Amino acid sequence: MEVFFSLAKVVVAFVIILQLTLILLWVERKGSALIQDRVGANRANLFGGLLPFNLGIVNTWMADPLKLFHKEDIVPADADRFLHWLAPFVGIVPLFLTFAVIPFGDVLKVGGFTIDLVAAPIPASVLFVLAMASLAVYGVVIGGWASNSRWAFLGGVRGTAQMISYELALGLAIVSVVLTYGSLDLQAIARAQGALMWGVVPAWGVFYQPVALVLLFIAGMAESKRAPFDLPEAESELVAGFFTEYSGSKQSVFMMADFVEVAIVAALVTTLFFGGWQVPWLGREGFHFPGGLDIALPSLVVTLLQIGSFLLKLFIFCWVQILVRWSLPRMRYDHLMAFGWKRLLPIGLVNLVVTAVFVLAFEGWTVR
Amino acid sequence: MIAFWVVALLAIAGALVVVLHRNPVYSALGLVLTLFQVAVIFALLEAPLLALLQVIVYAGAIVVLFLFVIMLLALEPEKRLAAPFPVAVAGLVLAGLLGFALAAASTVPLAGAGQGALPAGFGSPESLAASLFGAHLLPFELTSVLLLVAVVGAVVLARRRS
Repeated sequence: MEVFFSLAKVVVAFVIILQLTLILLWVERKGSALIQDRVGANRANLFGGLLPFNLGIVNTWMADPLKLFHKEDIVPADADRFLHWLAPFVGIVPLFLTFAVIPFGDVLKVGGFTIDLVAAPIPASVLFVLAMASLAVYGVVIGGWASNSRWAFLGGVRGTAQMISYELALGLAIVSVVLTYGSLDLQAIARAQGALMWGVVPAWGVFYQPVALVLLFIAGMAESKRAPFDLPEAESELVAGFFTEYSGSKQSVFMMADFVEVAIVAALVTTLFFGGWQVPWLGREGFHFPGGLDIALPSLVVTLLQIGSFLLKLFIFCWVQILVRWSLPRMRYDHLMAFGWKRLLPIGLVNLVVTAVFVLAFEGWTVR
Repeated sequence: MIAFWVVALLAIAGALVVVLHRNPVYSALGLVLTLFQVAVIFALLEAPLLALLQVIVYAGAIVVLFLFVIMLLALEPEKRLAAPFPVAVAGLVLAGLLGFALAAASTVPLAGAGQGALPAGFGSPESLAASLFGAHLLPFELTSVLLLVAVVGAVVLARRRS
């Protein structure tokens, strides 16, 4: 039975992330069109265009993937065939694995079993996220090198330097949150955020660590290599950067990795700063409003509300990233490096020290 | 046990790629494979924290920098040189001695090995931190000073040339 529940959780987490990539592709295409005052994807429609409206969802949900997976797979003549084949998978597998440790709900009670709603409940899951994030860079490096093209190579080198630089700020932001809640377990951090400050405000990370939130969001966007940090791709300088020489299904895997990274950043922001699956004032038995009003709810309803809350927050932060990506121009390379090392890193260090002092000096400042 | 053998053989295969492959990029990727398998062995030995740190520090940061340098220098594939006979013999003898020493050392049981259950909290962040910042504080701090010296030295050398 345990094995069955574990498998089911893995399938749920995997389906969430796979569907999310397709939905994000749609949001990106239609959303960018909205921002740029265009119509956007409108070629394919259900029932041969007999419907009066076309939201373009058929384009991105079915036509785009089908088209990409049927294109010819071209490998450049002098490319390193093995590594060229390997790179997309090396890039995307760690990202999928990251989603295994993101909690998407509290517990599900089914017939006497109490299931922890995280696909892989491992200790120190925060470190697991960092480990997988640092492995994802290999897809960029190997892809850029194996293509044997100057553009791809430059993109790969840029990607390496950028991801190594911004990983530090990312790590420091996460460590500050870990200090605040005194746990390395994402599920424990999410649970701790169910407490209340002064009996009213939910004890979400955003109220304790606003600086870390900004740091994590910026560094996370830099890790996901999207504008304004898309220098490894830089289509106006490097054709398409590290995946210039990719086509068909392999190129679509790189594209997918892009959206999975967006989703991971959103999931981290949600879990560390916005209570994860928490609904404000919702406990395991129902709502406990600060005024003294209690509404009892069945366990299943509570769980569904929590999963819905997680997905809603996840989606909001994905949308914010897409909004930023279509609003800001690309940074210059030296600005990018100076920003990472001379701004984000010192701010992260100071934030960490201040957090440590607060945790030591004011017993009861945090919710642990 | 089966897991251990699979992981150990993969680790050795990776190590052989590091030494034998003529392309430095493949060598670095072989190193990633080996380091990753060592991390899995840590995880099998009830030390998940050590395993994760191994992946973050070595596979995720250090080898990435290796690759960065290898790619920037655009190293050519290494040439195979035929070693003169005495050199080859000396190398074989030394390798044999090293292998013998390792084999001999691995048959001696470690102090305290096989003595029943693990202590409570073994491999947890708390116990690792307690031993790092308690019993082994001085070596730990000295190591960080050593690394700092290396960084300062590298900066000085880079500045002098330009």
